[in-house]
Amino acid sequence: MGAGHQRQLYRPGDTLVHRLPPQCKLLAVACFAVVVVATPREAFWAFGVHVLLLAVVAAVARVPPAFVLRRMVIELPFVVFAVALPVIGLGARVEVLGMSLSAEGLWAAWNILAKATLGVVASVLLAATTEPRAMLQGARRLRLPPLLVQIAMFMLRYMDVILDEMRRMRIARESRGFAGRDLRHLPVLAKSAGALFIRSYERGERVHLAMLSRGYTGTMPVIHEGGASAGDWATAVLLPVAALVTAALSWSLS
Amino acid sequence: MHVPDGFFNAPVSVAAGAFAATGLGVCLRGARRELDDRTAPMAGLVAAFIFAVQMLNFPVAAGTSGHLLGGTLAAVLVGPYTAVLCVSVVLLVQGFFFADGGLTALGVNITLMAIVTTVVGWTVFRLIVRAAPRGRSVVPIAAFFGAAVSVPVASLAFTALFWIGGTAPIDVSSVAVTMGGVHVLIGLGEGLITALTVSSVLAVRPDLVYGARGLTAPLLLRTPGGTTEVATGPAPRPHRSARPLLAGGALVAVVLAGVVSFYASSSPDGLEKVAADKGLNTHEASHPLGESPLAGYGVKGVGSERLAVGLAGVAGVGITVLAGGAIFYAVRRRGRSADEAHA
Repeated sequence: MGAGHQRQLYRPGDTLVHRLPPQCKLLAVACFAVVVVATPREAFWAFGVHVLLLAVVAAVARVPPAFVLRRMVIELPFVVFAVALPVIGLGARVEVLGMSLSAEGLWAAWNILAKATLGVVASVLLAATTEPRAMLQGARRLRLPPLLVQIAMFMLRYMDVILDEMRRMRIARESRGFAGRDLRHLPVLAKSAGALFIRSYERGERVHLAMLSRGYTGTMPVIHEGGASAGDWATAVLLPVAALVTAALSWSLS
Repeated sequence: MHVPDGFFNAPVSVAAGAFAATGLGVCLRGARRELDDRTAPMAGLVAAFIFAVQMLNFPVAAGTSGHLLGGTLAAVLVGPYTAVLCVSVVLLVQGFFFADGGLTALGVNITLMAIVTTVVGWTVFRLIVRAAPRGRSVVPIAAFFGAAVSVPVASLAFTALFWIGGTAPIDVSSVAVTMGGVHVLIGLGEGLITALTVSSVLAVRPDLVYGARGLTAPLLLRTPGGTTEVATGPAPRPHRSARPLLAGGALVAVVLAGVVSFYASSSPDGLEKVAADKGLNTHEASHPLGESPLAGYGVKGVGSERLAVGLAGVAGVGITVLAGGAIFYAVRRRGRSADEAHA
């Protein structure tokens, strides 16, 4: 579910995909996800083409398949749900390997599995080839609310600090023989969370004062403008356009 | 709970995205009042805190563990607007940097996990705090109930969205029962840890708990001339017009009712289906309003089906708003006259 984000996905490199301006990549991946969701589920070959497109991007970005596969575990809870769908689904039943499964449920499971997997792989590729800070610069260039982008920027900067603080507190707890096993241990964890909040908040106030004394006026200075040329856009648009052509073909064929 | 791509059909994803964007817009304005000039740095810090706390797995029952959603916790600690913003930023970062949660499902995720949990949790919290006698001891208890209610409500909201535009054929009532049941347990865990966390912060830095503002005992200055009460805490906020919020809400409701309703599943709902299966409806008398112009969610005499359903939806929203507004107005008038009688 939400856990297990300890390691960030970024994978340094200097390929065509890495060099593309972040705003182009953000838009390309978002459009690709929309096109994938809009592809009819009966068109198996279209999903094959989508996979092929992502494989080409991964190859150009030199992201090894094992890297992508390992990062796909995030999807697991919903895979379990999708596998359960044919069993609990309604509608006409079909016999598969001696089990009575819902035909509509099988379709739905395939639909969710295929689209969710493609979405996750696209997001993994985006995160692996784009530095988090650059991604937020891209979001700012895409005219997202500046306050929202700034909050995300500060969150990224504070995240490792707070996670380290939490790790130190966990080590301190465990070195005193603590192991959270059942409900009686909740107060300890809650007091840790409370202490973490107070420590982080006080640290944040100190940092804010330090920022003010160094001339912070409410917006972060932009050092690197990073506009995108027409060529960058043309390259980035290749992925969603190819996917759109595939989807359009599958619409007209069905 | 992070919903991936392909779980909801396109109209529901778009509608939820519009709803989430509207909610975020409202919260961006509200958060400036809660955090003064420090909005961006402090909200970013709270978002990082929520992200960290979500990794804090706590044991629920034998062998299973849950983790905090954190909406109510954030609302009690830093205020509801900032809380929605922070949880939304956490979801955005998880979606873009960790590939957790689909990009097309971002609207659904923000609506369910940021807006619904926070609004429900904060409302319950405020209701209990207001009903209880003045004092800080009520804050953790109210936080418990706020968090414990918010989680099952969010899961039911998920079920409702799934019923409108899910891509899988499952019996809604059974899903609602399962989801609700599991999340009542998770909600108890969330409530417990929220209450304990809030009470531990309250014990050390009560001034940091937004939900406890105005609940501390007033500062009394005893001088030879007598005892005077010194006003502490933030000055009362200037009254703001709720008109933009109402207008946004109305717009979203009309869009949902008028456009999205057409795409909603046309199969009978759970109750109707059970009734049909069990033969309950053989004795069903025809509804006395069955001949009314809005019967069966379609306006009579309008040719296009899409137009008819949409019009019926918009009319339904209008009637609901009028009825709700009338009730609200009556209640408010009574409350005000009671205040005047006291004064």
